Amino acid sequence: MMIEKEETTLISVKGLTKSFKKQLVIDNLTASFNKGERISLSGSNGAGKTTLIRCILGQYTHGGSLSVLGGDPRIQHEVIMKEIGFVPQIPPPLKMTIKEMLNFFSQLTGNSQSVFIDLVSSLGLDIMGHLNKPFFKLSGGMKQKLLIAFALGRNPKILLLDEPSANLDPEARKVFFDKLDNFNKNSLMILSSHRISEISKLITREVEMDLGKIVTDKIITQNNKAL
Amino acid sequence: MKKGMISLASLELRQSFRSVAFWAYSLLFGSFVALMFAFGITESQIIGFVGLSRLMVTFMQVTMVILPIYILISTVRAVVGDRESNVMEYILSLPISFSGYYWAKFWAKFVEIFIPVFLALLGAAIWGAISNIDVPWDLFAYYSGLLVAMVVCFVGIAMYISALAKSQTMAISTVFILWLVLVAFLDLILMGLMLKTKMDPHAVIFIGMVNPLQVFRTATLALFDPKLTVMGPASYYILDTVSRAVFVIFAILYPIIIGFGAALLGGRYFKRNDII
Repeated sequence: MMIEKEETTLISVKGLTKSFKKQLVIDNLTASFNKGERISLSGSNGAGKTTLIRCILGQYTHGGSLSVLGGDPRIQHEVIMKEIGFVPQIPPPLKMTIKEMLNFFSQLTGNSQSVFIDLVSSLGLDIMGHLNKPFFKLSGGMKQKLLIAFALGRNPKILLLDEPSANLDPEARKVFFDKLDNFNKNSLMILSSHRISEISKLITREVEMDLGKIVTDKIITQNNKAL
Repeated sequence: MKKGMISLASLELRQSFRSVAFWAYSLLFGSFVALMFAFGITESQIIGFVGLSRLMVTFMQVTMVILPIYILISTVRAVVGDRESNVMEYILSLPISFSGYYWAKFWAKFVEIFIPVFLALLGAAIWGAISNIDVPWDLFAYYSGLLVAMVVCFVGIAMYISALAKSQTMAISTVFILWLVLVAFLDLILMGLMLKTKMDPHAVIFIGMVNPLQVFRTATLALFDPKLTVMGPASYYILDTVSRAVFVIFAILYPIIIGFGAALLGGRYFKRNDII
């Protein structure tokens, strides 16, 4: 059962290993990610960032143990995913129209459609003129703005963002980072990004991965930021 | 599980209803029935069968040829296609269980494929009633049951292959080979094999009866040709082993069991392995 009481650690990883055929992608990784933290997850291509995120989302089988909100994301997947907002690296080519998407998200999450519409509009996208367009026909930036709105609008306890700003124009990027800055301080945010400088003001902890291991894990204090 | 599954299944259906492939498929069956009326097939006769019964028999025989391969090819991309395109990564980051996702795909495909073909059969019955042709409702009910069985059977098999396949190319190749094998083991070829190799007739008939395509073929014949005379000596074996009534029930239940069995195995594999 998921732990209902107040817990500081939202994600706990112990001896996590993941390999594809013979290639080890996550190598005996142990870490805990806590409430209120804004974590940058960095590392070169193939370091294991996306694999770790997919393990947290319950999409991969793995060795070791992984607990998200006190539960196993593969077993209690539906319950745990209610508390996770996710923006993928590559927007999926969804065939549903924006109208259907709003309806679908609203049904699944219990949020009003207007929450998502307001959020996406604050990112500079007026979707009312695109309601009958299939999602895959939108531009890269428009897709990204919608996915961000759907992730943030759910007010999740955990926000997983895999290269979320890659397709955004500078203005939308600024608004997006402001939104993240003001986002629920009790939530845990994990941002996988190559552009550390862009998120440096936002983050409170820096985790760097290489060859499936955490090679740097440091808390960023106000003093560090000033430097 | 149900809420996510129903939301996703209805979304899948709405997307299917917008696709050109769906309307082309519906038009194919609809126009086939219309053409049969136009060319007077209800006036022709086969082993004493005339009118709408004749039309329904022909409809089922053509359906048996087209439907399995159409179902296999269109369904087999359901899971593996989403996996390859990253759609699954995103959809399964939402509050939907793995089972909910998998069965939403299954039921959406079932409805998408069954409705047009059933409506074509129903349309024939309604048009017959309007045109004062006797409607054989017992035959209509039986053929509707056979259609359900055929769709469940091949959607289930395709879902199983889709859950296990590593790529869409591999999935499509697999179902195509499977279909060729099933066609190869239809009675006509089996009879040739039996004559050529002097194979045990019991074994030949057993191979025929485990082949869902052969079961549909025989079952379609069973109502208009109760003694299965067109099948030759094999009919004696079948009807001596089981009564016609038992065979008719078997022809509906067996493919449904195969379909749900394959779908359940696919769902189990899907849940227990890497999703993407």
